[in-house]
Amino acid sequence: MSRAIEIRNVSAAYGSNEVLRRVSLDVERGEFLVIIGPSGCGKTTLLKLINGLVLPAAGEVLVEGERLSACSLTDLRRRIGYAVQGAKLFPHMTVQDNICYVPCLDKKLSKEERRAMAERMLAMVDLPKELAGRFPRQLSGGQKQRVGIARAMAASPDILLMDEPFGAVDEITRRTLQGELSDLQEKTGITIVFITHDIEEAFKLGSRILIMKDGMIWQEGCREELLEKPRDAFVKQLLCGT
Amino acid sequence: MQIIQILWERRVFFVTCLLEHIRISLTAVVCAGVLGILLGVFISGHKKLAGAVLGVVNVIYTIPSISLLGFLIPFTGIGNKTAIIALTVYGLLPIVRNTYTGLTNVDAGILEVAEGLGSDGRQMMFRIRFPLALPVIISGFRNMVVMIIAMGGIASFIGAGGLGAAIYRGITTYNMTLTAAGSVLIALLALLSDWLLARAQKMVNRRYGIEQGD
Repeated sequence: MSRAIEIRNVSAAYGSNEVLRRVSLDVERGEFLVIIGPSGCGKTTLLKLINGLVLPAAGEVLVEGERLSACSLTDLRRRIGYAVQGAKLFPHMTVQDNICYVPCLDKKLSKEERRAMAERMLAMVDLPKELAGRFPRQLSGGQKQRVGIARAMAASPDILLMDEPFGAVDEITRRTLQGELSDLQEKTGITIVFITHDIEEAFKLGSRILIMKDGMIWQEGCREELLEKPRDAFVKQLLCGT
Repeated sequence: MQIIQILWERRVFFVTCLLEHIRISLTAVVCAGVLGILLGVFISGHKKLAGAVLGVVNVIYTIPSISLLGFLIPFTGIGNKTAIIALTVYGLLPIVRNTYTGLTNVDAGILEVAEGLGSDGRQMMFRIRFPLALPVIISGFRNMVVMIIAMGGIASFIGAGGLGAAIYRGITTYNMTLTAAGSVLIALLALLSDWLLARAQKMVNRRYGIEQGD
């Protein structure tokens, strides 16, 4: 079986500003990969390569063995969950319509099917089903973030991309959400690529951690490997405080 | 009192004028609405053309209405047709501008997530951008409707029907009451339309979860 994600020698640039330099990365199925690094290091760009929101200037990206350059990006994206900081729920849709957004893109679901799906997904992210009829502005920050994850997961994707999804919620809610995400990953075996700038979050969630700097992968490994053999002062400084 | 008296005495004349006014305005509103929204959607996807299109629409808007009617006479003659064309052309500015502004001001983060979740071009427009722009588009539409109804009063100067006929006849016969009665009816028609559209706007806002006053 092919790997979940393969990134081969990819460079990416916004105009003349090179943000990724010949990056290569393999992600196995079922892995929980956390990417960490200072702002501007290219971590969001690396994530967006995987669902084709950023196209490589050089190199190749493969998702489940399929070349991104040779497949339909919209079809591929519907099989990849995507959750971002602040959730970015669609403000003109109810919670239920937000959750059912991706499944409704390529087929028409009946009212009952949509209600059942919303209830199932709300239960999964530990929210009461009464929220289904609410609009995003009526939710708290933590609830929005949970709905954002439910929306990303509704079409049962094999891969979930998360860009600092817990960046905008309070400390207590963040801890709860982290715990829930770990459980969810164990239960579903989904492949997760998760961006954060919080090293504690990275250690708590990741089965593998990738440290980025200046558009390159600086060091990677599990918690113990990084703590025992930090590559240089930069990594040491990043790890300090734990 | 005199106004009410004249409205009652010449009710057949006023009702005919009112219906004609509604017919002319409604035709122009439909034409300008359809054309304006299509144009707004088009330039929101072709930003390079946006400046030029908005510029042209803006310039047309600055031509005094009476001279625009005059310019059109050699091409389309006098009567209702010319009036409808002039009103349509005038009505374009608010609707094109608001459609464009509404569509281009949608939160970029929301658009990126919608794209990242696998929406195709049409789904981006019809499920995300257009509904999010709708409140802005509707307020442009309201502007346009009030403007067209009010400006419809001038159309009788080139031989079109409508309540302008009452105003015009009042002016030429020194009958101020007749002029005032025609003006009041136009104002009432404009206010009533605006009120109806405000209710429609509220319904749309409720449908899309927008709080009043947002």
